[in-house]
Amino acid sequence: MDSSRRRVLQLLGLSSLALTAKPVFNAFAKEQAHAEKTEPVIKESEKALKAKQWAMVIDTREFHSEEDLKPLIAVCDKIHNVPHLANKRHEIKWIWGAPYHNTFPDKAGRFLSEEVEHKPFLVLCNHCENPPCVRACPTKATFKRESDGIVLMDFHRCIGCRFCMAACPFGARSFNYRDPRPFIVKIDKNFPTRMKGVVEKCNFCSERLAVGQLPACVEAAEGKLHFGDLYDPESEVRELIKTNYTIRRKQQLGTEPSVYYIV
Amino acid sequence: MKDKKFIVTGVIIFIVIATFPFWYNRGKAAPAPVPQLTEKAKAAKVCVRSTEYMKAEHMQLLDLWRDSVVRRGDRIYVSPSGQEYTMSLSNTCLDCHSNKAEFCDRCHNYASVRPYCWNCHIDNPKEKT
Repeated sequence: MDSSRRRVLQLLGLSSLALTAKPVFNAFAKEQAHAEKTEPVIKESEKALKAKQWAMVIDTREFHSEEDLKPLIAVCDKIHNVPHLANKRHEIKWIWGAPYHNTFPDKAGRFLSEEVEHKPFLVLCNHCENPPCVRACPTKATFKRESDGIVLMDFHRCIGCRFCMAACPFGARSFNYRDPRPFIVKIDKNFPTRMKGVVEKCNFCSERLAVGQLPACVEAAEGKLHFGDLYDPESEVRELIKTNYTIRRKQQLGTEPSVYYIV
Repeated sequence: MKDKKFIVTGVIIFIVIATFPFWYNRGKAAPAPVPQLTEKAKAAKVCVRSTEYMKAEHMQLLDLWRDSVVRRGDRIYVSPSGQEYTMSLSNTCLDCHSNKAEFCDRCHNYASVRPYCWNCHIDNPKEKT
């Protein structure tokens, strides 16, 4: 038998390779045995409401005073654990009332009708089709959801830089300067609270849409607010936009707000 | 080598001090805690995945749930056994494991991990009213 130096080295190499192969095979076999038979599946609820771009139509003719807005704001604050801070600078707002000249500064004439000048307008995040806050966010904590056009916040990712607040022309975002928990009137256990150092805003009730319910404010408004798919020509909101004169906030900025106001 | 005795004494003192924590705490190691199951969790018998998987990978599972729910809006998890679950820490996990102090905190404290879930998520939906 030819047992040259080269042959011996080859054999040594091969046997060491064989030795390392066994534990690898063992690990694979163990993995196979441990793996459950089928893979888990993640899916959407069948009840979920779907749209290409959710939109809201606010019939401002139906709202006359602060009292008319109150129940809508209250229900939102309640289900989303929105804190009530007395200090104006620390205030957290998801949906609130603002005077005409703040809501539509570009459309405020010199001599307005008494009623329009003094009544509050319902304002919230506009869920813009071209949202500047999303572009400003360095961590993609705020994002425009592809599936239904809602501008959402991922609070887990928010680093509290507040670029989005600077970018939003509607002041729809609030920053938690303090731990909000002590200021929540009654904690709703079905929804998380936020923590100090994150930005928050209206989420178009994405958690309710996911289980087939309309946003809480729309439900509480009893027909004064309308909600639907902007890109469905048959939808209620499209019908209203077609048949009424509607305006949007600061339209000239090109953010394409999805909240329409019938005036 | 006339300083030999000083050097040896110094070395011995150093070794004693350096190894002090080891022999002082010898035999006093805290036993690994066993998570307590509530009656409801016991009755359910199975979690969303096997016990071994949950022990080792619950954080990855929660991370997956979080991304799926928050970013994609997909909220239903069909486990390998075919059972459907709503992916929610407060409303699904803590529904069975309503004893956060005995179930979550014990092991987390033992392993010295401090998950910040509870800064926002309501820690005990069933306990508090």
